[in-house]
Amino acid sequence: MRVVIAEDSVLLQAGLTKLLGDGGFEVVAAVGDAESLLRAVDEHRPDVAVVDVRMPPTHTDEGIRAALVIASQHPEVAVLVLSQYVEERYATDLLSERTSAVGYLLKDRVAHVADFLDALRRVAAGGTALDPEVVAQLLVRRRTDPLDRLTPRELQVLQLMAEGRSNNGITEALRVSPSAVEKYVSSIFSKLDLAPTDIDHRRVLAVLKFLGT
Amino acid sequence: MAPGPGGVYREAMSWMETARDWRPTVHALAGLAAGALTTAVLGGLLLGWLAAGWSLIDGPTGAWELAWFYVVVVLAGPVLALWAVKGLGSLQRARLRAVLGVEIASPPGAGGGQPLLWPLRAWRAPATWRQLGYHLLAMTGGTAGGLLVAGFWSAPLLAVAYLASSQSAGLGLAVLGATLLAAAMVWAAPRAARSVAGTDEAAAQALLGPSRSEQLALRVESLARSRAEVVAATDAERRRIERDLHDGAQRRLVSLAMQLGMARASLGDDVPASLRQVIEQAHDEATEALAELRQLVRGLHPAVLDDRGLDAALSGIAANAPLPVRLRVDAGARCAPAIEAVAYFVVSEALTNVAKHAGASRAEVTVERAGDRLRVVVADDGRGGATLEGAAAAANGGGGTGLRGLAQRAAAVDGTLTVDSPPGGPTRITVELPCGS
Repeated sequence: MRVVIAEDSVLLQAGLTKLLGDGGFEVVAAVGDAESLLRAVDEHRPDVAVVDVRMPPTHTDEGIRAALVIASQHPEVAVLVLSQYVEERYATDLLSERTSAVGYLLKDRVAHVADFLDALRRVAAGGTALDPEVVAQLLVRRRTDPLDRLTPRELQVLQLMAEGRSNNGITEALRVSPSAVEKYVSSIFSKLDLAPTDIDHRRVLAVLKFLGT
Repeated sequence: MAPGPGGVYREAMSWMETARDWRPTVHALAGLAAGALTTAVLGGLLLGWLAAGWSLIDGPTGAWELAWFYVVVVLAGPVLALWAVKGLGSLQRARLRAVLGVEIASPPGAGGGQPLLWPLRAWRAPATWRQLGYHLLAMTGGTAGGLLVAGFWSAPLLAVAYLASSQSAGLGLAVLGATLLAAAMVWAAPRAARSVAGTDEAAAQALLGPSRSEQLALRVESLARSRAEVVAATDAERRRIERDLHDGAQRRLVSLAMQLGMARASLGDDVPASLRQVIEQAHDEATEALAELRQLVRGLHPAVLDDRGLDAALSGIAANAPLPVRLRVDAGARCAPAIEAVAYFVVSEALTNVAKHAGASRAEVTVERAGDRLRVVVADDGRGGATLEGAAAAANGGGGTGLRGLAQRAAAVDGTLTVDSPPGGPTRITVELPCGS
């Protein structure tokens, strides 16, 4: 799979290039600012773009804005945003532009190589990958009480669903049986009055919509 | 008692000392000139104004343009008088500064408000009337004092002139009398000059400068300004530290953790268990250090606070708290950056306190805007007993020093912090800040 990297730190750019190369991705371009990123995406039409948030010139939210442009102009290019901090507000911006083939992770996650490469493949394949921290931030804004009716285990499963994990992913993360996960998921959907769906990213959307109200 | 020979010498020396300080004399003479100028300017203005006014009342004679001229004079009179009062005031302050080295601050101007109404405000300002009072004193007392000092110093000349013009009869007695009188006046001259200058200085201090309340107002103004600068500097410093860590240490740690992660992922089965353990531990510690540093820096001044405001920034610290936090923000329009920074810091520190001391199972953060006030409430269901004062409170649930620091931070932007924390809980910390925009 072909990747474009946008990261203004030379150190991290080199590290990411190596990590993705070793992971079986082909890094077709590595750039240091948002403008070059948009040019590189136009030119190379990669499968996925890995984008840092704070880049020159203002070092605020350049990466988010560039990701929104890519999301609207190149529907076929998946976008994974990486940042040293994740902000629920930026996640909401991203998800309002597109709900599939999009990811937003802390840079810390890069250190867990296998998980990170999984997340990138999931995003490249049209899925979602939201950082647990983003989901936690969305959860603190809950205005509705049904969440209080969830058991701690169900809350955990809900967070994993919101991060974009499939039932298999949840099974692995929690080390429980697939049938247990299915039971949790259906219980959550009924407690929250959500229509159950098997397609993972639609499920993410349902959960996020619920958290956003 | 008549002084002995030594006493006369000492007396003469002390006179020399006093006389050598020429400044009071110069000051009194300059005061004479200033008094004359003041009389000319203010008297001229008053006469002109009265004459114009009287001519209007009496019915102007001569060319019709004259009537307009009178109207203009009547209207412009008070404004010209204001300028004269202010100008003469500056002149007198300059005289005191130049001759006596006495620095008197200008009284505050009548600034602020409708510019056209400036004369009205200025005439209602006590400072104007105090200056006018000084000018009246300068016209009378200042002039008289100046004449007195000039007369004392020129007594020998006057005596000679008197003797030269007087007729021969009883010359001896006249010479003696005039000489004694002249000597006495010259002897008294420096002292007279000093008391004239001293009186003038006291009057100027009382009337030409800002009054006590005006001085306090100026002081409050400058204190408020410097305090705002300190607050802004603190914010700027936090931003700088955040940026430095983001661009420096955090990046290096990410890189380090990434390298260790790659090393860990590429460990084959033939690697000795001890080496595997070391690498795994290093990797875990690097990721933990990264998370800790991120938490710490997030509490300083996140970029998203400037970029998207308080509402967007708070979810980060609420989500990172080690207990469930519910966040409700209804802030409406954004407040001044300094206020948002204080509100953010208050929530960040209060949640840290709750986690450390309160023994709470959940907390709730509410931010709402009431008019131009921003109200931040951090409530928890812990054991209560938190107070602003004392180490006892820190031991017993509240975190005294932390809350004290928060109260100071709020006070630095004219905000308030109140703690409602009965023993047994719940605790409710309310911070109200002026929005400032």
